[in-house]
Amino acid sequence: MEFVRNFPCISIMLCLFAGIISSGLRGKTAMWINAALLSVDTVLSAFTLVYTLELGTSFVYVMGRFPAPWGNEIRAGVLESLMALFFCIIMLLSLFGGRHKLVEEVEEGKIYLYYVLTDLLLSSLLALVYTNDMFTAYVFVEINTISACGLIMIRQNGRTIEAAVRYMIMSLLGSGLLLLGLCMLYDLTGHLLMSNMKESVAQIVANGQYTLPLIVSIVLMSVGLCIKSALFPFHAWLPDAYGYSTVSSAAILSSLVSKGYIFLLIKIIYRVIGFDIYHDTRIIDILFLFGLMGMIFGSISAIKENDIRRMIAFSSVAQIGYIYMGFGMGTQAGMVASIFHILSHAATKSLLFIAAIGLTDVSGGSRKFIELTGSGYRSRWAGVAFTVGSLSMVGVPLFSGFISKLLFSQAAVQNHTKMLPALIVLGISTILNAIYFMKTVIRIYTPVGETAYPVMTFRDKPVYAAVLAAFIVLNIILGISSQPVVDMIQQGLAMFS
Amino acid sequence: MGANLFTNYGEAVAMILFGIGFGNLLLQPNLIKKIIGLNIMDTAIYLFLAEKGYIAGRAAPIVTNGVQDMEAYINPIPSGLVLTGIVVSVSVSALMLALTIRLYRRYHTLDLDEISKQLKKEGL
Repeated sequence: MEFVRNFPCISIMLCLFAGIISSGLRGKTAMWINAALLSVDTVLSAFTLVYTLELGTSFVYVMGRFPAPWGNEIRAGVLESLMALFFCIIMLLSLFGGRHKLVEEVEEGKIYLYYVLTDLLLSSLLALVYTNDMFTAYVFVEINTISACGLIMIRQNGRTIEAAVRYMIMSLLGSGLLLLGLCMLYDLTGHLLMSNMKESVAQIVANGQYTLPLIVSIVLMSVGLCIKSALFPFHAWLPDAYGYSTVSSAAILSSLVSKGYIFLLIKIIYRVIGFDIYHDTRIIDILFLFGLMGMIFGSISAIKENDIRRMIAFSSVAQIGYIYMGFGMGTQAGMVASIFHILSHAATKSLLFIAAIGLTDVSGGSRKFIELTGSGYRSRWAGVAFTVGSLSMVGVPLFSGFISKLLFSQAAVQNHTKMLPALIVLGISTILNAIYFMKTVIRIYTPVGETAYPVMTFRDKPVYAAVLAAFIVLNIILGISSQPVVDMIQQGLAMFS
Repeated sequence: MGANLFTNYGEAVAMILFGIGFGNLLLQPNLIKKIIGLNIMDTAIYLFLAEKGYIAGRAAPIVTNGVQDMEAYINPIPSGLVLTGIVVSVSVSALMLALTIRLYRRYHTLDLDEISKQLKKEGL
């Protein structure tokens, strides 16, 4: 089993090579290479997960055989491999679910470029998950941004290009701040590897030196990553980017790209700064506040929206708010809840985007609610899937969203000062979620008489229906047997520190 | 505090430049000015890194005349980071410029707010 230690590195390299090879190919080959790559990476991540679970600790893979303070390292533990596995599965499903739209919406002969971009995106996500070096993390953050921008603008119309420009501007502001914070921290510690940085930071804090520069660098990195992951007030670019890009891109962007940045922030909190030091800086109070505001304002914007795709996009703002609220609790339980919510939101939001496209397809391509009336009968698979996703987002038992809400409230009870605001906002936000999601579900199941719109059955799009079924199963698995996943997250967090 | 600021004037200038670039990227409505802001911002970080890596009175870390003493050379890592950063910022600027060309051809303006207005009129 020693060979498994090479798997994280191999999976990143495979993505990079697949991207390079696909860029020279035409037609469907790129798609099959991409599908094969995603399956192989899923298997490799699963092996890594099993290996780390058996090993009981994380392991370090030294790149280029240069030892610790100089060389570059990859580090894999339970949490990292769990995330990698999950990212690969969601990406595979999102791509297959949105493939028929991709063929319609992307210029003929340019589809292979889409797969090149997703290969690169996956490589950067995996690298963000596995890397143990801060500067490598920065470089892959930029690769992630560039490929995500490509995913938005591959569907050529004015809206998507404008959305891509706005996305790039916000992302570049974020990565500028991240880089500056990173450079300051490098100057303070003299290291770029996360583990060495953590030792130096602990020493600096123990000696009481450089208190202000340390706080400034932590703030810069946190704010940079918050901007990139679209925490409320920085979410202005999000509805256009998710609402008008092709559906696979929307699913991938909302469920994976923003989560990659959040995972990097978790790594910075645990592996670079140290949880206690981060906690003492009081930045978490600010994250908590903005998380709460995001939960409310994201939902209110979603209620006002008259376009189903933009409504789901605004719901993402609220869900990102939940994740940052969990960070803001400042307890281990809050962190576990946030990480579980990353998984649950990724599984649910991509399901919703993919299901919504099925509903709009049987409504003449219109995304307005008035046209969607009764679409749940015309496309039964999409209707059921959308309902499952909505119930999960609202937090009905049996579905994954319920478990994350449960974990959040348990975490809130443990923290006496923040219990009241967290529980109140959690309650309000659940009601708001229910308002806009149930409104949509009722709308799609309101019977209408004769319509001119076509009816879609399983036979028309078997792959699409199978993807929806897989998403529903994933959601219910996360909802019913959540305990093993929560245990894995706890174990992974223990390995972090 | 003031004295420190004066001795580390390089870093202080870098921070001021970073602020200028950041403000331009965030607030300018004109896309080209935004890209200029982006480049000022990135360059400010390179200046900061270079300033931090330099140690007065020492040479670039290239072994000449057989001097292998560590004390004779500056820290080479920040220079390496600057190089990597430049590559990243070049590719990002190229992408932004390409997007700007696309938008300009479609809407004949570089003003992002104006483009948003036209998009609303199109009602897409």
